[in-house]
This record gives sequence, C-alpha cells and structure tokens, in this order.
Amino acid sequence: MSLHSQQQTDSAQLKVDKTTLLSAFGKFLPSEAILFENEDLHPYECDGLSAYRQLPLIVVLPRTVDEVQQIMRLCHEHDVPVVARGTGTGLSGGALPLAKGVVLSLARLKSILEIDPVNRTARVQPGVRNLAISDAVKPDGLYYAPDPSSQIACTIGGNIAENSGGVHCLKYGLTVHNTLKLKVVTVEGELITIGSDALDSPGYDLLALMIGSEGMLGVVVEVTVKLLPLPERAQVVLAAFDDVEKAGTAVGEIIAAGIIPAGLEMMDGPAIQAAEDFVHAGYPTDAAAILLCEVDGSNQEVSEHILAVRELLQASGATEVRTANDEAERLRFWQGRKSAFPAVGRLSPDYYCMDGTIPRHRLPEVLKKTAELSRTYNLPVANVFHAGDGNMHPLILYNANNPGELERTEELGGKILELCVSVGGTITGEHGVGIEKINQMCFQFKPEELEQFRAVKRAFDPDELLNPGKGIPTPKRCSEYRALGSHQHPHDDEASS
Amino acid sequence: MNGDQTKLLQEQVVSAAAEQQTLDIQAGNTKRFLGRSPQGEPLDLTTHQGILSYEPKELVITARSGTPLHEIEAALAEKGQMLPFDPPHFGAHATLGGTIAAGLSGPRRPYTGSARDFVLGTRVLNGRGEILRFGGEVMKNVAGYDVSRLMTGAMGTLGVILDISLKVLPIPASEITLAITSSAENALKQFNAWSGKPIPLSAAVCDGERAYIRLSGATTSVEAARHAIGGDMVDNSNTFWRKKMLEHQHAFFQGSGDLWRISVPSSTPSDSFPDKCLIDWGGALRWIRTDLQPQVLFQTAGELGGHATLFRGGDRQGQVFQPLPKTTMDLHQRLKLAFDPQRIFNPGRMYAEL
Repeated sequence: MSLHSQQQTDSAQLKVDKTTLLSAFGKFLPSEAILFENEDLHPYECDGLSAYRQLPLIVVLPRTVDEVQQIMRLCHEHDVPVVARGTGTGLSGGALPLAKGVVLSLARLKSILEIDPVNRTARVQPGVRNLAISDAVKPDGLYYAPDPSSQIACTIGGNIAENSGGVHCLKYGLTVHNTLKLKVVTVEGELITIGSDALDSPGYDLLALMIGSEGMLGVVVEVTVKLLPLPERAQVVLAAFDDVEKAGTAVGEIIAAGIIPAGLEMMDGPAIQAAEDFVHAGYPTDAAAILLCEVDGSNQEVSEHILAVRELLQASGATEVRTANDEAERLRFWQGRKSAFPAVGRLSPDYYCMDGTIPRHRLPEVLKKTAELSRTYNLPVANVFHAGDGNMHPLILYNANNPGELERTEELGGKILELCVSVGGTITGEHGVGIEKINQMCFQFKPEELEQFRAVKRAFDPDELLNPGKGIPTPKRCSEYRALGSHQHPHDDEASS
Repeated sequence: MNGDQTKLLQEQVVSAAAEQQTLDIQAGNTKRFLGRSPQGEPLDLTTHQGILSYEPKELVITARSGTPLHEIEAALAEKGQMLPFDPPHFGAHATLGGTIAAGLSGPRRPYTGSARDFVLGTRVLNGRGEILRFGGEVMKNVAGYDVSRLMTGAMGTLGVILDISLKVLPIPASEITLAITSSAENALKQFNAWSGKPIPLSAAVCDGERAYIRLSGATTSVEAARHAIGGDMVDNSNTFWRKKMLEHQHAFFQGSGDLWRISVPSSTPSDSFPDKCLIDWGGALRWIRTDLQPQVLFQTAGELGGHATLFRGGDRQGQVFQPLPKTTMDLHQRLKLAFDPQRIFNPGRMYAEL
C-alpha cells in the first residue's frame, strides 16, 4: 500500500492556505457544516476499504444544491481538489481523501423529493440510502431493483458513482439500467441535467458515462430512479455439490434452459463453513460448493421455474436440493450469503475482498489458479461468487499486524485480478477502481485506451480537480508499475497505430 | 472478402485524419434517412463481418459491426435466444454496427431494456486511428468510463465501431398478443396501471382505436395475465410486431406529414400533441405525423420532460434532434474532440455543432 499513500502526499501544493479557504466557506456555510479539526476529520479518513487512510484538509457538509454549487465554484477558483462522498461504504478507496483537498459530503442531502407511482419513478437526493427508496415506495407495490450488500447504509449517490449491482442484477440490471435522470454540479459549479424523465435522451448517452465514473466527472446532486412492480412471489432453491465445477455447470444449464433467475449465488467450502458457523443458515457444511438460486415473478411462473430448476440441479449432479419451506427459511438461506463477508472476517483478524468478473465458463480454471496462488502466498482464500453474472469475490484472509502480510495480500489480490483479465474478464465488476485497483488498470488497458479515458475526463474536468488520483492511472504510474514486473498487457499483440 | 477489415479501416482512418478528410461511416445504408444529411468520403464497413463468439450459456454474443442483423438474429434464434431490445431493421441489409450507432429499440424496450442497456463492450477506432477496446464480454464491468454505452446512439460521431459484445436473453417460453378496442386516453391509463403490477407485459401500443398488448414469459403466467386483461387474441402476433410496428408498415406510418418520434414520460396525456398519434412503449413513445414546425415539437416535448426527433421527412439539413442547452452542447463538443480531434467522423450527422 506504500505506493498508494505516496501518491496521496505527493499531490501538488495548494495555491490557497487553509485559513483563507475556511473563511471563504464560512461566508455561505454555517460553522457546523465545516469540519477542519483533526478529531472531526477522522471519521472521513477512509471509506469501506480501511487499509487506506488519509486525513483531508477540510470536510464540508452542504444542505442544499446551491451550497454544493458555491463550494464547487470556490474550489474551482482556487484549484482545490474535491472528493465527493456519501456514507463511505465503498470498497475500493474511491472516497479516500486528499491531504490537500476538500471532502464534499453529500450525506445531508437526504430527502426523497418526489414519488411518481404512475410513471414509476422516484426523484431523490444523493444522500438517500438505497434501501430507503424501496421502503418508501413499498405501499405503491413498487421497489428499486439494484440491491448491493451494503444497501442498508449505502447512498444512491454512491451507487451512481460506482454503478452498483447486487445479487439481483442478472435479471434486473445494474444502477445504469435503473436510472433515468441526474442533476449534476460541474467542476465549475454549474448545474446540468443528464438524462430525462423519458426513457431516453437527446445527444450522447452522458447518463451511461456519468454512472460508474467514481466522482471524477461531476457531483451528482439529484437522482431520478426507475421503480419496478414488486414480484408476486420469490422462492429460493439451495443445492449442494461435491465439486465446484459441477456447480458451475449447473449454472450454465439453468440459463441454457431459458430461465433467468432473480439471484444465482455460489459459495465454496471455506465460505459455506464460515457462514454456517456465523448465522446457522442450515447450509450443508460438507459440500464443496453450494448454489442459491432464486426465481421470482407471478405465482404460476415461480412454481413452473422452481420445478425446472430443481430438475436441472439434480441432473447436474447436485448431492442435495432443498427448496425453502417458507419465507423464514428463504430469508435464512439468503442471510448466510449476505453475511458471508463478516462471517469469513471472523476467521481471521483481517480480510481483503476482491471483485474480478470472468466469463462464467472459465470459473473452474480461475478457482484452480486462485487456489495455487493462495498456496504460493501462504494466505487462505474463501470464494463467494455472483454465479449468474460471473462476478467473483475472493476473500483473502490475513493479519495486518504480521509484518509484510498486508503487502503480500495486496500482491496476491493483484495477481487474482490479472488472472481475471487474462481469461477475458475485468478487474472490477461492481466495487470500482478507486485507489485500490489503479495499478491493475495498467494491466487491463493499453496506454492508448487509458489516454482516451483521460481525454474524456478532461472534457468534464480540464484541471483534474474532481477526485484526482482515482480510477484512471497516470502514464507515470503505469510505467512504474510495468517496470516492477512482467505485467504484459493481454492485448499487446493486437494491431495498433 | 468478408472478414476482419480492421487493418484496412485503420489505414483509411489514419490517412483521412492526416488529410483532414471527413468520413461518412456506412454499411447497409438502411438508416441513412436518420439524423442530418451525411457528408464526407464513404468509409464502408459492409465486409467487416462475422460473429466472433457466441456462447448461449454466457448470454453473450460478439460480432463485427458489418455483420448483417438478420444473421445475428438467426444465430441467436437457433439457440432459443434473442436481442432483447427489439431493434428495427428498416431494410434487408441492416448491420449490427448501424443498429448500435443508431441506438434504436423497439416495442419491447420499456420492459426489457434499450440497445445501450445490452451493450457490454466495443472495439472502436478513434479519430487518431487508434484501436481501443472498452468493456468486454462480462455482465458487470466498472473498470474505466463506460465508453461502449457512450458509443451507442452516437450516430458514428465519436468513432468507428469495429466489434460489439451484447448481452442476449432467452426467447420467452410463451408469447401472445391481445387486442382491445380503446381510446388513446383509456389505453394510457391502462398501460400505466398494468406496468405497475407484476404482469408479464412485453409491448403495449395504441393507434387511437385499438390497443395491442403483448405478454411474454412462462406459459402459466401469460395465461393468467390473458384472463386478467381480456380482449381478443391476435393471430400472427410476430408479424404484427415485427412488420407493422417495428418496421413501420402499419397504415399510420404510410400517412402524409413528417414523421416525429417523441419520447416522453409514459403518463403524458394523449391530447398533448395536436395531430394523430401512435402510442408505443406503453405510453413512453409517441409517433406523430404532422406539418408543424420543428421548434413547436421540440418545445412541447421539452416542456413535457422528454424530447422530439424528426424521424423521417422535413429538412435534413436543419435541426432533427432536440436542441441541447448550451452547457450540455459545450460538453458534447469537448467529448467529440476527445475522441475525434479533427472532426472527421460523420460531421454534422447528429448536430451541426458536432
């Protein structure tokens, strides 16, 4: 992690001193909305990836869009970098502060502005929690589909920044598929609208560009999301396998049969054991892998599909197939999966969660090589896998207090991500690049591609004040990274200019 | 020879950039009527053909941009799958590249998603003649900006799309169409009410006299919804949607006046536009034939929270897409230059300023 922290402290000297900046903020923000003492800044020193920490210069907590605009105008005028932040549940250090920068917290912009049950949309401020939207529209028989594991705490603004997914995205899509319109404050402090209340918009698809851009193109101050009718019924089947490969094959068979499950999750032996010890979900602990397959829809559809799924699982060699008897058991099955991270966390003082995505049919090979890497680095790895969409979450167990173990963990994580890229996948499915995977960007993309990303960034933010140092690596960082080892780009053999 | 023309295309782009020669990107020419009048030397992608990979169990297909759309659809149908966004062909020679560059989606769009929703990755040539790959063949990918979706619907103004990876879906087990006698006003009310309920809708249109509702999904749930909705079963359901609606062979599209495509919130009242209207997308799309001035349509659509496109007819040198606010247009211009610094790709095809 030393390489990362270096970049943080290396950021250019500010043209304005802290006192001047504080008094300028004080002209339009109440004093309680400006934090600058170390003890007040500490809660903002990291996000969900707590291995990376940095105190910011100042934290501001605006309550209105107008205040956000004024903050951006001021920071723009004085060339002060800005890191936008929701509730800081991100897992890639995307909200890691800069020592010479301002953290712009959007947590106080937390109103649900409008619910339109007829057009099935909700207009909300960025600090509204993901789950709060579904809770608010439930009386109308509607919900907001993307459901990241952190949905109790994470904000919709952060979901936009990361293009968050969840366990239901094979069927219902990611944030980008469920968002209609954004209001965005530009780096200059101008308010623009991206997208519309209709299903599409004129001009370039800036909505797609903005979603998943990790706070590097603008500050989102309002979000209009699409709502879906609550399914009549959901049912889950649990299947156990004595072999991970068989479980992988079963997933392909279900999809080939024309069924798109609402959720399709896999856990390997160590993850099953940890989850079972933690929440007693009733998982078969002797299994090499379990699959959780949820189908939803109308009553008849669910009955039809559950029957088909059970047959397919049995035909694929499942040692046990169990349908949840009632809603309580269904929730218990899911609780095991949703608690997998903290459950694995109990096995070891620290754990590090990866987020690579692979074409599903390469799973056996990737798991095998991951196990080999795990042995080489002498660090245990448990696997939790969004099997439907190929998004893997290998969890590396380590102890940060053992000298050098954090660095070894980071290196192992990097190797796993590079493995994902070499089989045609990506270094991040839903957690974002942030500061964490910035080196692996140099592996996944060739220099011309990274330069194209930088050109896109400059079209929005020519002075690179919005979340600088995240997401897209500098050419210097990539050449240093490449010099460290044989990180040959997988597409280097292609025709290029 | 049909196959990989990447090298040749790259050479053409590099030399056009050096000579500041504008290029008119084309293949099947089925969508040349869209947008503003094309200009520049032809850059032909017709022979850049071929399905590169298709793995039904992964729900992903990758093909070169010049691949005929019917070839893609046939390959998918053979495995019981489909392009979920219902792309219109507008002619026998429609290609995958043109389909994505135009970004059009058919009646299924409100229920399954749009062209851009299913784009997973692209390989493109930018205005410097560099071959760049964005996204990939996986469902979830947040590494870097989403350039692949940005290319969708950009009318070729940001780059030459070489290959495209798309998510595909199974063809529904059962699909039926119901017809109900209905006014536009009543149809809108019904469409919005049904859309808020767990009913397996996959299309809802109304021509002012009759509403047509398509149901897709598991046989049992389609059957249950059929009883709940009522109406008459339409024979040759597929012909109705594909020919009449998607390919614009319905009598409505044969009438006089310019054809406008107006995208609005689905509950927008039926009397918001003065002329005869065909309601698609469960209310979220209104097709209108009119001789009204473009600025009237742009203004009305804008006030309703949507936007208007002069789809066919009218002045193809003038404004055909909804005018953009100045800050947004400035951003578009900077993005255009970020990809195509010499402005060689399809200049003015979308907006005069791009």
